[in-house]
Amino acid sequence: MRQISAILAVIIALAISCTAWAADEVPAAIDAPIDAAVYEKLVLLTEASFREKVGIVEEMADSSGQQAVLALQILLNSQLYHDEEGNQEFYQLVQDSAGKDQLYNLKTGRLAPDLSLKQLDKVRTNNRLRKAIKQSIAKIRLFKGSEPERLAALQSMLGDMDADNAKLVTTAMSTEASESIQELMQVAMAIYRAGAGAEEEKFAAIKTLQGRLEPEVRAALTGLVESSKGNKVLHAAALKALQTTEEKVEFYGFVEKLFFGLSLGSVLLLAAIGLAITFGVMGVINMAHGEMIMLGAYTTYVIQLLMPNHIGYSIVVAIPAAFVVSGLVGIAIQQGIIRFLEGRPLETLLATFGLSLILQQAVRSIFSPLNRQVSSPEWMSGALEINPVLALTFNRLYILAFSLLVFAVLMYVFKKTNLGLNVRAVSQNRDMARAMGVKTQRVDALTFGLGSGVAGVAGVALSQLTNVGPNLGQSYIIDSFMVVVFGGVGNLLGTLVGSFSLGIANKFLEPLTGAVLAKILVLVFIILFIQKRPKGLFPQKGRAAE
Amino acid sequence: MKVKKTLAALALSAGASVMSFGALAADTIKVGVLHSLSGTMAISETTLKDTVLMMVEEQNKKGGLLGKKLEAVVVDPASNWPLFAEKTRELMTKEDVDVIFGCWTSVSRKSVLPVIEELNGLLFYPVQYEGEESSKNVFYTGAAPNQQAIPAVDYLMEENGIERWVLAGTDYVYPRTTNKILEAYLKSKGVKDEDIMINYTPFGHSDWQGIVSSIKKFGSAGKATAVVSTINGDANVPFYKELGNQGISSEDIPVVAFSVGEEELSGFDTGPLVGHLAAWNYFQSAESDANDKFIAQWKKFIKNNKRVTNDPMEATYIGFQAWAKAVEKAGTVDVDKVRTAMYGIKVPNLTGGMAEVLPNHHFTKPVLIGEIQSDGQFEIVSQTKEVPGDAWTDYLPESAKIISDWQDPKINCGNYNTESKKCSGQNF
Repeated sequence: MRQISAILAVIIALAISCTAWAADEVPAAIDAPIDAAVYEKLVLLTEASFREKVGIVEEMADSSGQQAVLALQILLNSQLYHDEEGNQEFYQLVQDSAGKDQLYNLKTGRLAPDLSLKQLDKVRTNNRLRKAIKQSIAKIRLFKGSEPERLAALQSMLGDMDADNAKLVTTAMSTEASESIQELMQVAMAIYRAGAGAEEEKFAAIKTLQGRLEPEVRAALTGLVESSKGNKVLHAAALKALQTTEEKVEFYGFVEKLFFGLSLGSVLLLAAIGLAITFGVMGVINMAHGEMIMLGAYTTYVIQLLMPNHIGYSIVVAIPAAFVVSGLVGIAIQQGIIRFLEGRPLETLLATFGLSLILQQAVRSIFSPLNRQVSSPEWMSGALEINPVLALTFNRLYILAFSLLVFAVLMYVFKKTNLGLNVRAVSQNRDMARAMGVKTQRVDALTFGLGSGVAGVAGVALSQLTNVGPNLGQSYIIDSFMVVVFGGVGNLLGTLVGSFSLGIANKFLEPLTGAVLAKILVLVFIILFIQKRPKGLFPQKGRAAE
Repeated sequence: MKVKKTLAALALSAGASVMSFGALAADTIKVGVLHSLSGTMAISETTLKDTVLMMVEEQNKKGGLLGKKLEAVVVDPASNWPLFAEKTRELMTKEDVDVIFGCWTSVSRKSVLPVIEELNGLLFYPVQYEGEESSKNVFYTGAAPNQQAIPAVDYLMEENGIERWVLAGTDYVYPRTTNKILEAYLKSKGVKDEDIMINYTPFGHSDWQGIVSSIKKFGSAGKATAVVSTINGDANVPFYKELGNQGISSEDIPVVAFSVGEEELSGFDTGPLVGHLAAWNYFQSAESDANDKFIAQWKKFIKNNKRVTNDPMEATYIGFQAWAKAVEKAGTVDVDKVRTAMYGIKVPNLTGGMAEVLPNHHFTKPVLIGEIQSDGQFEIVSQTKEVPGDAWTDYLPESAKIISDWQDPKINCGNYNTESKKCSGQNF
């Protein structure tokens, strides 16, 4: 329990402080000539195969050390170009603030203004080469880097603890000041000794490794369990340590699944909550609900087109914009079509279904049938790493929080405002409400607009998770109806509980049965549930419900 | 008298106009285009429709074929599989087309097969597929599994030393068959059962967090791991996004995809994907004069400088060129004569080298492995010589003994069993 509350505290703290996710840094433009010895090695790269390049890079790092880091980083980030004529001139490609390509000569360290990319060839890298470059940089940084750099360097070496690296770590240990890095260095050495040490050393290593969650530690322990079969005491100790670790991993696996479930639940909640209003409260079967979500997502896209330099804010701007766009379309639909079909659910179903097709085709004609690219702002990418086996992705965290916020606002509107009061009155007894002076026509339009607007807001959130295309809405309409029916028609709280329980059930089934079967099982469960309790989890009570 | 004369003139001119109409109709060669322009597959297939239109336009500029102009007849099967069969019948009987370029998904091709065989038509199918088929009336211009999946796996084994494999796919016939072949192939290479993880997801799957997390776990066992992805369509976007968000880089666990090309990548930010792989027979980044020309022609035709080219477009191009050559060689558009003229025809492919039409209705193609770059293009890291397409895979015991040969008069079928020396009787 303490662990969970600790995790929650961390999540909240981090979500509030909104820490940026550390990506691979892209080197800025150089301002001085690059080291001559390094330059010589660069020349060799142009003609080499990928395999040879790995050797050249390692040699460069060994002989030039710190001097080589900049050149290696330029290469790592695909910024390194050379001239086609074989003049052995090298250039760094940098984009200036306006996004224009600029080339810097590595020999002089100066900008080469007249050069275009067409005259140059890129020095190509592949996965294997990039891995080698990263490891070479790590070896240098272990001594010379800043604290986070040293930590990252050490982490990248964990999986590859041979005698050479062990020697490096030992040397670095004597000068390392940071305690957390010292601790990880002990772990690194233990990984090495678990494989290559003497017997006592192996026992000591097991002690150090026990309970650590790094995958490399688990791999080392697994290796030790295998190799120590001849030595019963050692074998038992290693096995015990591995089991302790596995138990911990399992616990965090459970937490992770729970989070995945909540996250799926939050998506379902966002998609369904608008429907809970239009279908649940007003009783209108709106098959075009998915298209309201789609309109919200496309609004996000348009907003991003309008403010290409402020992607971070565009999402915030898109939320009210999507609410207005989808809300207005919703009101138009209500006034133009649904109003005339009151009390005829089958005709409403058909009419709104036709409408959903029209809206899809309209989007296809206006924006093309291809999916549109909606960028994720910087603060929404990456993950919150709680430990090596548990990382929660930021976009899901934000959407979870956002869905709860939307829910809270809607609850407030329904319970505390005039509109909410009127809506509840109309949905419980239309004639009586009218007799009491409630303008039912106006309330209907506003309620439908509210439901559609919330669907549009859901579209903004979904644009961060899935494809923005004409079919976006279709994939959520079934799920939305499922959630509303399961939760109990006419009850917002039911929608909340329904979406989260379906999300969690889905995610716990998924690893056991696969994604396809999990979905089917959830559907079967709902069918059975509805047989038993036709009014869902939280049925409406009282005379009005009959 | 005057009235009579006028009437006669009228009759004459009417007759003449009917005749000229008839002459006009016979003066064009009709090319059917059977690609979805609406529905889920529109995203991929619209491009191929435009490619065929571009090829037709180019051929007409050169003076057409056999002295006649080409005329494209475009229909929209709307991503609706049974409608593909109906539209094929419409093209063959009502429009009377001489050849059809079309289909994308395997299920749409399977739905067209009975019709095209019954009416003895000619279909060029331009997409990589699962193999295990060879119809007399279909030419498969995309890759068979041995021209895409198996070389990609070989590359990962040799270059990255991969020992553990995740086979992830969308739940339908192409991924299932390809993964069956790959599983058999991996096992034949000594990969153990516990080192293979197979996962299927529904079409358009968007919640990848659980699956990506289990891939991460599977890959943290200390052995080099790779994902072979047959995930289709736009489900790829959230999949790669989730990979990036969970911090899985291509150096940790590379993903090699068979359905992700330039067109799919143009839909999203490729920053987190750099280094993940794709295997195709063509990349836009391939360096050759023919390719440069093709790209320029495409951008001009579509009037958009940002549009990209991709593998199925090249397959359409090769199919069209081969068909045009065969028509000229046969001197007619008669299906049977064109078909026999097809065998052995060589057309240059856009990556350099030649594509040859084989008697099993497949083509020889080079296999290219590319790594995704930050600009949405591919860096070609490996390119093989032309590999002949194999209709029936050698890695499934029940298919290994079957061959297809429509040229050899002794065999003349798409499913000849080399053990029983018989054709199985099914048509394809």
